[in-house]
Amino acid sequence: MSSDLRARVEALLAAHDPATTGRPDFLRARFDAGLAWVHFPVGLGGLGAPRAHQALVDAELAAAGAPDNDPRRIGIGLGMAAPTILRYGTEEQKSRFLRPLWTGEEVWCQLFSEPGAGSDLAALATRAVRDGDDWVVDGQKVWTSSAHTARWAILLARTDPDVPKHQGITYFICDMTDPGVEVRPLRQITGEAEFNEVFLTGVRIPDALRLGAVGEGWRVAQTTLNNERVAIGGQAVPREGGMIGVVAQTWRRRPELRTHELHQRLLKGWLDAEVIRLTGERLRQQLALGQPGPEGAAMKLAFARLAQELSGLEVELLGEEGLAYDDWTMTRPQIVDFTGREAGYRYLRAKGNSIEGGTSEILRNIIAERVLGLPAEPRTDKDLPWKELPR
Amino acid sequence: MNAPVLLYSEIEEELRSSVRDLLTDHCPPNAVLARCEGPGPYDLGLWRRLVTELGAAGLQVPEEFGGAGASLRETAVVLEELGRSAAPVPFLGSAVVATAALLACGAGEPLATLAEDGTVAVLTVPFSTPPGSGFPDGVRVDVDGTLSGRVTSVADALPAALLVVPAVGADGPGLYLVEADAPGADVVRRTSLDLTRRLADVTLHGAPGRRLAGPDTAAAVLQRALLTGAGLLASEQLGIAEWCLATTVAHLKERRQFGRVLGSFQALKHRLADLWLDTVGARAAARYAADALAGDSPDTAVAVAVAQAHCGALAVRAAEECIQLHGGIGMTWEHPAHLYLKRAKADQLALGTPGFHRSALAALVDLPGPVG
Repeated sequence: MSSDLRARVEALLAAHDPATTGRPDFLRARFDAGLAWVHFPVGLGGLGAPRAHQALVDAELAAAGAPDNDPRRIGIGLGMAAPTILRYGTEEQKSRFLRPLWTGEEVWCQLFSEPGAGSDLAALATRAVRDGDDWVVDGQKVWTSSAHTARWAILLARTDPDVPKHQGITYFICDMTDPGVEVRPLRQITGEAEFNEVFLTGVRIPDALRLGAVGEGWRVAQTTLNNERVAIGGQAVPREGGMIGVVAQTWRRRPELRTHELHQRLLKGWLDAEVIRLTGERLRQQLALGQPGPEGAAMKLAFARLAQELSGLEVELLGEEGLAYDDWTMTRPQIVDFTGREAGYRYLRAKGNSIEGGTSEILRNIIAERVLGLPAEPRTDKDLPWKELPR
Repeated sequence: MNAPVLLYSEIEEELRSSVRDLLTDHCPPNAVLARCEGPGPYDLGLWRRLVTELGAAGLQVPEEFGGAGASLRETAVVLEELGRSAAPVPFLGSAVVATAALLACGAGEPLATLAEDGTVAVLTVPFSTPPGSGFPDGVRVDVDGTLSGRVTSVADALPAALLVVPAVGADGPGLYLVEADAPGADVVRRTSLDLTRRLADVTLHGAPGRRLAGPDTAAAVLQRALLTGAGLLASEQLGIAEWCLATTVAHLKERRQFGRVLGSFQALKHRLADLWLDTVGARAAARYAADALAGDSPDTAVAVAVAQAHCGALAVRAAEECIQLHGGIGMTWEHPAHLYLKRAKADQLALGTPGFHRSALAALVDLPGPVG
């Protein structure tokens, strides 16, 4: 870490002793010192420094006992809304939203997917109609995590149904306290409800909360979605981190459960986990040199496949215990831990890994087309006006 | 433990491009194919170029013995490129495995010969011998100090002038240097599955040998050589897989059926995406093994087992996909795909199968099997 950065960390700690400063105050001061996300511009929580320096700042502050912004609770804001606001937002939007987003005082959610627009997100049907200085929004969104705690949402809506689907979308910031916003929990196969359905009825959004130009929403959304994939594939993992660690621990603790067949599958799973870990490590080394590779999509794909195999293996390993489930009560977890709870939960939750954030099928298309340069499948929908698409 | 460096250094990239240029000029697939049925399956002209122009034979030989004093990371990069060309040169047998054995023995004189003029040496063990297996007892040292016995399926022995022979005498195991044309030494060509790396059976009848390592060190030397070979073979397997993937992608971008380019069919795209994914993993695993071997990391045994288990299986899958996705032409003798399939399948058995290396992980990372 450069001496300048270290001096800034020390100055922050000297002026705001973590032992005596309240959490929100410390986080605001950290943001104002440019140590929130050092690769962001000066004045917006950063210093215009290399992204790689952030981990060092985080480590220094953690070692000094400073509070963090609980990044897992506000992942959508940090990973998706913030980069998009930074890239496409007006100066007013940047200074209004980024600080409370980073400190976690304002939680964000993402209103993209719809019942009729999953992998084919560009087919979305939520309408936004201009009315004076406002837009009036009607439609239904789904798979929205944090919608019940969120203050703000990033929203994709159709502003022009007469042009092909990718061209008629606009990107907005939506106030989740608007009376036209109704949030209902969406219960999933695990029994809990991490996600929500969001019904939008006559929601008024000022034009000042538009992100990017009218009709440019699809392009703006690419920033959001690319960052989502980086966020999902980008964390450092120690050996036996994640699902393999859980299964390996069970294996070591319970010799009476072992069989030859499961042993072979476990060793294959351990091997695959280690290869994926090394791939991720290699990706991080590339990123540190400023050479992002296409391995990000690969990581997400590989991670999903492995988590499903291993969590299924663990249920089998447990034998009779594998027939039980810890609790079907509908709860609303704030933080989702894929390796949390019991084996049955882990098995069921892992099914989502190959669906959320881009299905494995779509990721394979992306790899085939963008990395290997293979042509897209012939399509009939791309140039038709959205309103003429069969649905 | 230092963090492993999984990227290629600038020097490594330069070395890669030199090797690739040379192979592009002097080792095109049709030449490799034509040589398969000729009298000399090894391309010793190409080998001499690799030795004299790039110093390939002495890459891991210290400078004091006339080598380049490079690390096994560079050696691994050369293997990637040789795998990509299915090059019929004795690099793995001589410059990797035998050299590792001679280095571990501290045998400066033969090393200098290897580095200087590309004299070929081989460790005389069956190519399928994995690291961690017991010391071979197929060759015995007689009271007069000569060696007798038979070792089958030795890779790269045909062009070898020097044999590094594990043998057991009255005082225990040892490693002996035998000249391949010495009286009593016989190297007989076998018909090999792999057309570009041939096997031979070595028979010794009272052949004279010079002891390089005695009972105290012979087993450790042998292990080091086999571990080095297994770990670096992963880089060759990566090169094979990369050629197969790139060649298949190129074919699918060109070939039209049903009025469409084949590569636009999702069923095929997904297969190639999965293959690419596992190739990306192979690069990370192979680099980690090379880095661990180069730095003598305490994690080397795990790194080698992971790399072999993953890359050995991947290269075969890549070659099989290459044949299948080429359709009929992929099944013909004239298309080079079969050279890679044969190399990949033989490599899968070489220095321990993927199953062997996976099972080795059980002890290495404390995941024991069922009791009884």
